[in-house]
Amino acid sequence: MSGAEVIIVGGGVTGLSAGWWLARSGVKVTVLDKFIVGWEASGRNGGGASHYSSPLFDEEQRMWPQMDELLGYPTEHQKGRILIAMTERQWEQYRFIAERHTRLNHPVELLDVKQVQEAVPLAGDNCFGGVHYKFGGHANPQRTVQAYAWALQDLGGKIIQHSPVTGFETAGGKVTAVKTANATYGCDAVVVAAGPQIPQLMAQLGVDVPLAAARAEMIITEPAPMMPLGGVDGHKIYGRQTLRGNLAYGGGPHEWLDVDATGPAARPSTPLARNLAKRLAELLPKAAHLNVIRSWAGVIENSPDGRPIIDRLTSPDNVVVASMSSVGFGLSPASGHAIRDLVIDGKCSFADIDILKLSRFDGLEKDWREKRGWMPIA
Amino acid sequence: MELNFNGTDLCAVNGTRSAPEARYDLVVVGAGPSGIAAAIDGAAAGQTVLLVDENPVSGWLMGNDTPLYFGGRMTAATQNSDRMLEAIFMSMPDLEKAMEAGVELLLGTTAWGVYRNGPGVQSLPEQVVGLADRDRSWLVGFKKIVIATGARDLAIAFPGWNQPGVMGAAALNMLLTRYDAFAGRRLLILGSHDLALETALLALDKGLEVAALVEVRDAPQGSAALVEKLAAAGVAIHCGQSIKATKGGLDGVEGATLTDGTEFACDTICVAIGLVPSIELVDAMHGPRALNANRGGYIPAGEPNVITVGDCAGLADTGFDHVAYRMDWVRAALKTNAPDTIICQCEEVTLADLIGVQPPQYLDRPPAIQARSLDTLLQDGPANPDQIKRLTRSGMGVCQGRRCRDQVAMLLAIESDKPFGTIPLATHRAPVRPLPLKILAEWDEPAAMDAAWDVWFGIPTQWVPVEDIGTPQEDAHREMLYTGMYK
Repeated sequence: MSGAEVIIVGGGVTGLSAGWWLARSGVKVTVLDKFIVGWEASGRNGGGASHYSSPLFDEEQRMWPQMDELLGYPTEHQKGRILIAMTERQWEQYRFIAERHTRLNHPVELLDVKQVQEAVPLAGDNCFGGVHYKFGGHANPQRTVQAYAWALQDLGGKIIQHSPVTGFETAGGKVTAVKTANATYGCDAVVVAAGPQIPQLMAQLGVDVPLAAARAEMIITEPAPMMPLGGVDGHKIYGRQTLRGNLAYGGGPHEWLDVDATGPAARPSTPLARNLAKRLAELLPKAAHLNVIRSWAGVIENSPDGRPIIDRLTSPDNVVVASMSSVGFGLSPASGHAIRDLVIDGKCSFADIDILKLSRFDGLEKDWREKRGWMPIA
Repeated sequence: MELNFNGTDLCAVNGTRSAPEARYDLVVVGAGPSGIAAAIDGAAAGQTVLLVDENPVSGWLMGNDTPLYFGGRMTAATQNSDRMLEAIFMSMPDLEKAMEAGVELLLGTTAWGVYRNGPGVQSLPEQVVGLADRDRSWLVGFKKIVIATGARDLAIAFPGWNQPGVMGAAALNMLLTRYDAFAGRRLLILGSHDLALETALLALDKGLEVAALVEVRDAPQGSAALVEKLAAAGVAIHCGQSIKATKGGLDGVEGATLTDGTEFACDTICVAIGLVPSIELVDAMHGPRALNANRGGYIPAGEPNVITVGDCAGLADTGFDHVAYRMDWVRAALKTNAPDTIICQCEEVTLADLIGVQPPQYLDRPPAIQARSLDTLLQDGPANPDQIKRLTRSGMGVCQGRRCRDQVAMLLAIESDKPFGTIPLATHRAPVRPLPLKILAEWDEPAAMDAAWDVWFGIPTQWVPVEDIGTPQEDAHREMLYTGMYK
């Protein structure tokens, strides 16, 4: 398929990784984005990269340590994570997860309070203990999305920003072109990785993709002294210490939204920042004096079972649809590879991803969102 | 879990938020003359009114040039918050009048966010303003809010600007007239428009020395009457000049050299080039705003229940194009500033790294990234300060971009050869003042919030390891980890 033209709809981390992988295989890639690359959830998340529940996990773990070198741009990837339990119940839950990792041969170590504080000096003696993942890690989402975009350009690919996709041209059971307001891009294959806008776009091709969008929030503090291990989760919040020292954390209740074809209307943060601040001050009590300097929100989509949809359609048969179901950043090195394989070979070369097929939702009722309570507040 | 089922999403935010702890017909943010007047009017009309003002701000905030550009030239007295509270209250006799009119007054209280339902959020029980003092934060409901947050200082970089003693005109005015806590003695003032002229006259009136005024354009810019008054006081305006170099010591600025070589001894360089309407709250709440060059920059476009008054609504329009004037200063600075001149002080981003779109110093710069620059980025689309911020970290620091956001936007306009108005306003985000975690925290959050809290969506099938799906391990996983959504 070398020399073919592939259009990628959506310059988020999944689309950009797919574009990069395709460009590495000699495919001519054009990424179309409605605004600026990584502007939505791809640039607004916690940066975690430890998704042991995914079929893409092994590839995620294999790729991350190489990404800076392969991309040629820094991603700020750091290895390892710690999960700190702040209640008896959390300690029980986290030890359960640790046992599971041991069973699956993922290296983990249980830490007592003193060991937690050695690795995470901002932690207090109010915790019950921790689980050190000696795998996984975290990276800087904003720097990483730009790294994918630049690396893709360095391989001859194109990034076209400020160009929302408006529709498709089809012929003979294939998509032959992708349309924006100002241009039509002929193509041999298409990847639709447009996040919350996927359902509206795919509906134009007569394909029903069940996804529901929601808003989630994060806060960030001023820099703290660098800790030996910056990937600190627990107490039902997730986040990281950036390489500058800031603590960036999210978690907590989400708000379901309707998102139309133009994407999220706004991404307002709310007083939920106070509840995040409370939990972060409890998780890292020696950081409680640090100033919060920003809060923000992102809009992400979920499939009915919360797992990704990565699938090459049967009709039109040159379309791959990809939603990471609200967990896309960390898995991006692997999701891009899987998408590349589906576009070029029709089959993922490194993992069985049949569980991510769209057809698992064939029997889904039309009103699944209503029935799950995944509806916007009226 | 069946594909089709009926359930309730217990991890959704719906109904979990706390109610405000108080409600007022009118909340006024900012107790300057316009804010006090609005509060008194409200009380006179029979409304319940809360008037808040962040002054006196803590010595720590002042040290980080928040909310104004204090430049480290406040006296040690500003560390004494009780004394400063008294000074602030006494400096504004109308505050007592407001209280007599029935206005509830809270000094030392910051409004750090305004929240209401709108695009992207419908989960707020009502519109609220987030407040904080030195002990805690809380929410207050309102029917109408008046934002009277004034205007903040515009900073621009010149050699040595990142040392104590370089400060803004609004900060100087605040320290002289309200805190009575200015630590400098001899000022060099940048600018010659009315702001600079009035600043110089105020300084003289307070018994300070004014070494000179420096004007980048070829003639004084302010009203003839003020220029004359200043001349009568023996203060010269050096036109067609900017700062070429500064001299500094342990206590910061000791002197400055103009582009023509003239040297001045001074302990303070007061940047009086312009003021920027303080629209942080309005922008962070997604309120409409528009660029108005004659009124100081981006100003609120107005809406029925969010009223802005005073300088926050825009500087008085005297026909003077503030934006064009500032751009002249930045253009001149580009001629004198070395590539290693710091633009973002918090994150130590240099002019070269800003224009080169380079990552911070603690990251490697492989050849590919060294080949990137603003020029290559512009090939992908127009310059956006938020994107530059992500890549260079300029504006990401603890001063929340107060010192660099305006000049970064101007530099982007100049370097991309586009009008200033084409550069988007860098986003303001709540909290619009730095707030410690322990202060911002809602320590007494509703039980419903805690019950709904999951680290992510609480979708039971989302995190089951793929190896475990369909095995008894799946049930164990769900039993152990999901307390929220459908279990």
